[in-house]
Amino acid sequence: MTTLKNFWQFITDTLRIILKGDRLYYAWVGFLVLLIAIGAAAYLGQLNNGLIVTKMRDQVSWGFYIGNFTFLVGVAAAAIMLVIPAYIYDWEPIKEITILGEMLAISALIMCLGFVMVDIGRPDRFWHIIPLVGRLNWPQSMLAWDVIVLNLYLLLNWFVVTYLLFCAYTERHYVKKLVLPLVLLSIPMAVSIHTVTAYLYNGLAARPFWNSAILAPRFLASAFCSGPAILLILLQILRKTTKLTIKDEAIFKVAELMAYTMGFNLFLTAAEAFKELYSGTEHMVYFQYLLFGLKGHTTLVPYAWASILCGLAAFILFLVPRTRTNWVTLNIGCVLIYASVYIEKGMGLIIPGLTPDVLGDIYVYRPSFTEIAVAAGIFATGFLVFTLMLKAAVPMMLGEFTISKGQPPQAVPPREV
Amino acid sequence: MTDPKPTMPPESCGGSSCGTRREFLGAATAAMAAALTGCGTLSKEEFLQRNFRELSKQEVLDVIARLEKEYKAKYGKDVKVANTPAIPGVIFGYALDLSRCIGCRRCVHACVKENNQSRDPEVQWIRVLQMDKEEGVNLQHADQYYNPEEVPQEGHFYMPVQCQQCKKPPCTKVCPVGATWREKDGIVVVDYNWCIGCRYCMAACPYGARHFNWGEPNLPADQVNTNTHYLGNRPRPKGVVEKCTFCIQRTRNGQYPACVEICPTGSRKFGNLLDKDSEIRYVLENKRVFKFKEDLNTQPNFFYFYGV
Repeated sequence: MTTLKNFWQFITDTLRIILKGDRLYYAWVGFLVLLIAIGAAAYLGQLNNGLIVTKMRDQVSWGFYIGNFTFLVGVAAAAIMLVIPAYIYDWEPIKEITILGEMLAISALIMCLGFVMVDIGRPDRFWHIIPLVGRLNWPQSMLAWDVIVLNLYLLLNWFVVTYLLFCAYTERHYVKKLVLPLVLLSIPMAVSIHTVTAYLYNGLAARPFWNSAILAPRFLASAFCSGPAILLILLQILRKTTKLTIKDEAIFKVAELMAYTMGFNLFLTAAEAFKELYSGTEHMVYFQYLLFGLKGHTTLVPYAWASILCGLAAFILFLVPRTRTNWVTLNIGCVLIYASVYIEKGMGLIIPGLTPDVLGDIYVYRPSFTEIAVAAGIFATGFLVFTLMLKAAVPMMLGEFTISKGQPPQAVPPREV
Repeated sequence: MTDPKPTMPPESCGGSSCGTRREFLGAATAAMAAALTGCGTLSKEEFLQRNFRELSKQEVLDVIARLEKEYKAKYGKDVKVANTPAIPGVIFGYALDLSRCIGCRRCVHACVKENNQSRDPEVQWIRVLQMDKEEGVNLQHADQYYNPEEVPQEGHFYMPVQCQQCKKPPCTKVCPVGATWREKDGIVVVDYNWCIGCRYCMAACPYGARHFNWGEPNLPADQVNTNTHYLGNRPRPKGVVEKCTFCIQRTRNGQYPACVEICPTGSRKFGNLLDKDSEIRYVLENKRVFKFKEDLNTQPNFFYFYGV
């Protein structure tokens, strides 16, 4: 009963804390809300007119939305990059930041679900996909699998984060017997969400660009590059703006792990490119469209090479210990690898998978204004969720904001800790 | 117009039958969904309609009555929505003679007319590929947009592609909600009232046979074909996928598909694969046929052959 009461107080106090902030906080939140409003207005137009306001057509039937979805599944999966060393090896410096990784996963998953929702033609029939209520075509459809694992992963992360924060708030130590199995479960879950998302494309024999056995390993390798890159930058910001102490050691350790995954990611990409280009079958056309252009259509070419060059440069910066431990070069490396994977696992995956189409037609796809505005709105939603979670979580993690300290002092009698 | 106007959904009635909690919730959700999705005309019945394969006989009749009423209101015509089931002992097969086809695209347009596709933008279930004779069937040398004064063009042959009605359809396998399936007579159909418009089937189809209603289908009232089938050519809403059904509304009543009937060169052969004496069986027996993209093991019931 007291737990329930405490939880209610936890909720109200959390709400209180996210409503209060300095000017910079309000400006940032206001900016995000503005972007969300723009996205919502654009989406309303899409609802009224149909997906015809996008540049997607029968030939390229998935585009910017699904590209972003795929990339963000990788970001969500990458939370485990931090969880593995923290809990398996009981490595303390990273342990305190895993909760940040999990919050990042929650935000990324919310964006993922948003991108799927805006991509479907009949959002009013959303309930058809809800297990037991609708008619989920499981286990046949990989999309049905994806719906299940994404939502379970979201639920799992949401529960762990809420539980850990609630414990911190009520000044209790979390029950290790409860948290550890859940956190350990989140490791295979993270692998599974990205594997299933890869299989979603992988299983389509009609699309040779996706129908490659190393697609899922490539998904995982690239996710473990881009996800931690976001976190590294975030950790530095939090160190500066809050009292959260994050040791240099932790950051450099994550950077070192990233160097290995980047190397592996480049290797897998090269393996794929070699197989396609050297054997030179008719399946080569998709790689050709991506890397060199096809029949005069070269829209993707600059992006593809930018992605490769950024990936290579970031790998070198992270591999060399001196540049890895230098803040300037480290952050440049983070931005480069993020950009590289964003191109590779977004449009660089979806568009050449569909171009040329199954009948050899080349339709040049570029996202419309509506697509960009809606995507901006969804990204802003994700950032807003993350900001609000951080706003409440950081003081709780620091022990600054607890059930005793959160209340007016006179209301609480002094208590033993 | 003598059409009675029971257009108001039952939740607004004053009788005693309405007002159950379930109905109220259903109506509320439908209204909310309508408001949220910009589908202003979405009724409670439409919103709550279940997958076609789960409907009882009576529910199917109710749905059809509702659709016919909607079409009447929209087009001012009595559109008949049939629900003819597959004929026992029939599996439809199709064969196309590549040596006869001249690429005139009459099939394309007859199909659009018969099947109530959107006119602008025009959705075409048949795509005719102009191929180089020197290259054979090579999609990297295929042109869908050929537009000369006269066909056939020197040095080219023509290959129409439409749904291949696969025995192992990759499109139905991937659908997350089971909105598309293969009927007993081999026709792959879509429940336009259950499809969520995710377009996964379009990514999965190796033949480009699936088409999406990107906008509100533009079907002028005077061009509506009123002889329709629930799983076939009835007018579609926006945001759902559609495809060739071998003219299910015709073929289940013993008629040829529109494309077979219109073809001026007799390139198109259609019939019952289970009937030894059918023309399709004659073609399979006496001509050498091939299946398009055979390596994908989709096992089409649509064959190509060289008749001369």
